[in-house]
Amino acid sequence: MNGQDKTDLRAVFNESGLEIKPVYTADDVAHTGGWDAIGSPGEFPFTRGIHKHMYRKRPWTMRQYAGFGTPEDANQRFRYLIAHGQTGLNVAFDLPTQVGLDSNDPAAEGEVGRVGMAVDTLRDFEIAFEGIDLDQITVSLTINGAAAILIAMYFAMAEKRGYDVRKLRGTAQNDILKEFIGRGTWVFPVEPSIKLVGDTVLYCAEHAPLYSPVSVCGYHIRESGANPVQEMAYGFCIAKAYIDHVLERGLKIDEFASRLSFNFDIHGNLFEQVAKFRAGRRLWARIVKDQYHAENPRSMWLRMIAGGGGGGLTREQPENNIVRGAYYALISALSGTQTMALCSYDEAYTIPSEKAATISLRTMQILIEEMGLCDTVDPLAGSYYVETLTNQMEERIRAVMDEVDARGGIVRAVAEGHIQNAVSQEAFENLRKLERGETRKVGVNCYRIEEEQPQIEFHPFNEDVCAEQIKRLDRVRAERDSTRVESALHTVLADAKAGRNVMPGIIDAVKAYATVGELTHCLVEAYGRYDEPVRL
Amino acid sequence: MAGGRKIRVLVAKPGLDGHDVGAKIVARALMQAGFDVIYTGLRKTPEQIARSACDEDVDVLGLSILSGSHLPICRRLKGLLQEHGLTDVLWLVGGNIPLQDSGELKTLGVDAVFAVGTPTQAIVNFIRERLS
Repeated sequence: MNGQDKTDLRAVFNESGLEIKPVYTADDVAHTGGWDAIGSPGEFPFTRGIHKHMYRKRPWTMRQYAGFGTPEDANQRFRYLIAHGQTGLNVAFDLPTQVGLDSNDPAAEGEVGRVGMAVDTLRDFEIAFEGIDLDQITVSLTINGAAAILIAMYFAMAEKRGYDVRKLRGTAQNDILKEFIGRGTWVFPVEPSIKLVGDTVLYCAEHAPLYSPVSVCGYHIRESGANPVQEMAYGFCIAKAYIDHVLERGLKIDEFASRLSFNFDIHGNLFEQVAKFRAGRRLWARIVKDQYHAENPRSMWLRMIAGGGGGGLTREQPENNIVRGAYYALISALSGTQTMALCSYDEAYTIPSEKAATISLRTMQILIEEMGLCDTVDPLAGSYYVETLTNQMEERIRAVMDEVDARGGIVRAVAEGHIQNAVSQEAFENLRKLERGETRKVGVNCYRIEEEQPQIEFHPFNEDVCAEQIKRLDRVRAERDSTRVESALHTVLADAKAGRNVMPGIIDAVKAYATVGELTHCLVEAYGRYDEPVRL
Repeated sequence: MAGGRKIRVLVAKPGLDGHDVGAKIVARALMQAGFDVIYTGLRKTPEQIARSACDEDVDVLGLSILSGSHLPICRRLKGLLQEHGLTDVLWLVGGNIPLQDSGELKTLGVDAVFAVGTPTQAIVNFIRERLS
């Protein structure tokens, strides 16, 4: 075929702008980069996966995003999910915690415990993780602006419970550059924000070598409107910015690169997503090997959580989201992810109900137990279409990365608001295409049910959470050794002003029950606050 | 409307919610429809928003809220709009707003609630109809 008899067919492009042919052959693979670059699972360049036996050895970790209300409420949901077979935790914090405010701050009014659990001091962490074995269940903290403080709390809590921090596993999201592009929980200006990420990486390399201090997120960039190529390209540019910073501070690439991880989004075209991940794995391995001269293969691994994204789900006919979630999980498994999370079907409305969260968990378990997804590695390898698309996606991702570099790099592009602007322009175009019917979304612009009355069980927001949280905060503050707190905060401020690593000081301070707000205040005094470049 | 003046809209993000995709999309759509649009950026307090609406002399105030804190925010904003003499400004709320909260929002003085999934043209039409 190769294009000759397709004249009566409508041209088809994927979201990344690649034209899709009606039929692919071995020639397409040869012309786009050949078969040689594929390699074997567990071997450079890791197109087929970072492990030789992948899910045969161990299925992906199931890590649903969860947390709301007081630490007691969150602890209850965590235990529920674990009791139902979840193998990791992914902790949601409320917005005040995410932007470094205590629960009694006037700016926190109405937000305490609403979209995640409230945290003011180490006491809250002690309660939230009570009864959870941190050796068996790895914990991921979805925290960015206040990441240094909450990582410190996690280490302090683990140490207090007798765990050896040197052997502690877990992940912090701690990707501040993407917060400036989408999601928006920044606190400090761009440069000191990167310095803080560097502090956590350096600290962990020395004291918590198994902990993953950063999970670079293409996910939220895609959720903000980026296409799959931009998602990977901007994510990799961000990861390179952190690497460059840490190298400048004297670490060698193999001393920390193996602990960097990634968080990517899944919705849209199945084959495009699978090719995106296979291409991304190969490109990242090449970047770390060729540009940074890593020698340890683990430094080259694209370790990732790849989750079904909320951006693909619809408010209309919400039950359809259960089906979408199942396809996203299938894509994730076909893509060789290490960890999986799915947005639940009710998330366009509310914090997931127990029922919705359980369905998401069962979706992943059905794939593991019934569908044969764990039997063999990278089952789509060798497909003419998938290999061609993998080669093409790699080329496109690299091209977008080159564009960013040509414009002075990602840090400058983010500080000046260019990436934000490009992504929000893309989001607007996507909506226009949807409104014009050029892209189709079932239940939204086709197969609609007018006057539908969705049966959604709303997550009840407990209005007492804020009062309870402030009461506990007051009690902790009354009971703590205030001289010790003051001295610890003084050290943090001095370290921040002098450009030293603030992590040791923050760890001492949280052990003395300094609050998230007090510590953030110290860091703001030294670093200032981010001034958002507002542009449309 | 003063003769010939473009309709002026303040699109605001109150509270701590960082989800600004929707706010920016609506702002762009309103600009394309020929309105003057001012976007506040993230994390504005009700006080800041009321002051901006006053300073910018807007005809329309649109809030985008996805965190679930729309009721406490709008309860506070109500009094501030009165204080600033902004009760005749067309007040719109968009985002992740449960149907059952529309009633209380309307009682507070919100003129229309546009939940996630509302076509941007519906917002444009509503503003034109009410301000023509």
